[in-house]
Amino acid sequence: MSNPNNFSSLPVTIDPEKCIANKGCNICVEVCPLDVLAIDPETGKAYMKFDECWYCLPCEKDCPTGAVHVAIPYLLR
Amino acid sequence: METHFRNVDILVIGGGTAGPMAAIKAKQANPELRVLLLEKANVKRSGAISMGMDGLNNAVVPGHATPEQYVKEITIANDGIVNQKTVMAYAQNSFAMIEELNSWGVKFEKDATGDYAVRKVHHMGTYVLPMPEGHDIKKILYRRLRRERVEITNRLVATRLLTTETGQIAGAMAFDCRTADFHVIRAKAVILATGAAGRLGLPASGYLFGTYENPTNAGDGYSMAYHAGAELSGLECFQINPLIKDYNGPACAYVTGPMGGYTANNKGERFIECDYWSGQMMLEFYRELESGNGPVFLKLNHLAEETINTIEEILHSNERPSRGRFHEGRGTDYREQMVEMHISEIGLCSGHSASGVWVNEHAETTVKGLYAAGDLACVPHNYMLGAFVYGKIAGESAVHYCASTDFLAFDEQQIKAEQARVWAPLTRVQGLPPLQVEYKLRRLVNDYLQPPKVTRKMEIGLARFAEIRADLKHIAAKNPHELMRAMEVHAILDCAEMAAQASLFRKESRWGLYHYRVDYPEINNEDWFVHVQLKKTNGQIHCFTKPVDDYLIELSEQEKSAYQKIRINSAPSIPDSTILV
Repeated sequence: MSNPNNFSSLPVTIDPEKCIANKGCNICVEVCPLDVLAIDPETGKAYMKFDECWYCLPCEKDCPTGAVHVAIPYLLR
Repeated sequence: METHFRNVDILVIGGGTAGPMAAIKAKQANPELRVLLLEKANVKRSGAISMGMDGLNNAVVPGHATPEQYVKEITIANDGIVNQKTVMAYAQNSFAMIEELNSWGVKFEKDATGDYAVRKVHHMGTYVLPMPEGHDIKKILYRRLRRERVEITNRLVATRLLTTETGQIAGAMAFDCRTADFHVIRAKAVILATGAAGRLGLPASGYLFGTYENPTNAGDGYSMAYHAGAELSGLECFQINPLIKDYNGPACAYVTGPMGGYTANNKGERFIECDYWSGQMMLEFYRELESGNGPVFLKLNHLAEETINTIEEILHSNERPSRGRFHEGRGTDYREQMVEMHISEIGLCSGHSASGVWVNEHAETTVKGLYAAGDLACVPHNYMLGAFVYGKIAGESAVHYCASTDFLAFDEQQIKAEQARVWAPLTRVQGLPPLQVEYKLRRLVNDYLQPPKVTRKMEIGLARFAEIRADLKHIAAKNPHELMRAMEVHAILDCAEMAAQASLFRKESRWGLYHYRVDYPEINNEDWFVHVQLKKTNGQIHCFTKPVDDYLIELSEQEKSAYQKIRINSAPSIPDSTILV
């Protein structure tokens, strides 16, 4: 069960080198049906804020720089 | 946190499949009207088809099937309990909708002569039209929404409908899942297109969001319709799907079947004649799964390399594109191994079974000014194309209604009460985390409602649900996102109680596994050849029967039992009595 306060193996990872959220991109955040991605105000990069993933892939497919990777959540793997 | 007010002529709630079509068709019917499409996520990638769709399950294409044949097929597949007028309205508009989507750029498979390449999967007729390039359907819909100048608002979670003193629709209320701002939208007509109640049961993996349906579809619309006084129907006819074990995608016999794939037992043998999803098929699936021949598999490893390449290309790029990496992680190769299958968590969904908000052939609910379309609207086995067709019908019906209706007055107390209910979890410093309550609730749904249904278990389930209801006032949310999850628990709980009450009310077994009651194991047409309706009366769930309307298309005695004879060897691999104990 997901709980944002707990240490959790998160399915969505974002490569900060490739992520251009600090240049105004927020596509992955906008397309997520469950609204689980956010931009970290400190780093300016996208990250998975809530472990509530349908592993449906719009975030990965629509990312213009290929920064997003979705893994199958650990419980299903 | 602020409260925003706005007025529109037609409010469409839900921007997945039926909703965008309803909004487009309403604007086309009368471009002067203000039409607002309200979406909980983002219209660009929301709903059941966020990553597209790999085919139509119910295409009624001239030369392959007639509307009359289709109405017969669905009547039989749903054990006779259908309002044929609604199914016929779909069937008669099915081909025109395919042609319109085709003209918009949606790609359907065609043969060398340019005709639609329809395939046979159903027990009797031929209705499956593959869409190997169906991944961009949401983009095509979005372009149409912009062209027709439909207003769109994203990330608003609708929670209750506004009604007049006489029970007519006056609008809806919602909150923003990023700011928690409260929105009051007055409307002359409201179209509900919020999809299935897909977060009812807990998937076998235990991952809350690993559901078959898009988990954004938590049953919000079922709950809203209920609280607005609308009739719901067939809620005991659960949605249960045959899926890949631990992965939430269908094995896709619809895609693989016409290419030679099939559902097999552990010996690699077929045990059902037809892979079309009906309650009877699910019961045979369940029996095989639990027998010594279990579990059940999708068998493709006998197919040619080129065929498997084609299957992978379709299944790993459409609808559930993460499927390929799931198989990779498990070391499953279609060429070598059969794919282990299982049955999904239960849900409510008329797109697949018949559980939904009651509508007639004009998409009208029993509440004046309220329309419903898509997975949530009770038109059996309606699937994606049915959502488009009923979206169109709902949009056009709402325009017609608006012509003679003004904004109606309503008791403002509804706003105060709903605002208090919605904002309450944010005011609690300490309390129960929404996901923990949800986990417990959905685990109880599995324990007590998952078929085979047992009367005493469902009664215990209702008592446990009542305890969860008492817990609602202790749920705390630390931010607007958690608030969304908290309010979804309210909707899931409403759906769980409705599913239990409707199941207890129908004292027979019907629709195979969907309503398999072991203490009433037989179908009883004498007493129960009726719809079971459900409605809020004096604040309580009230169930009652509704006669099945005279058929438009009569069935012969031989046809009626077609779906009962789905198993290949006449005797099931384990006798019924083994499951009954």
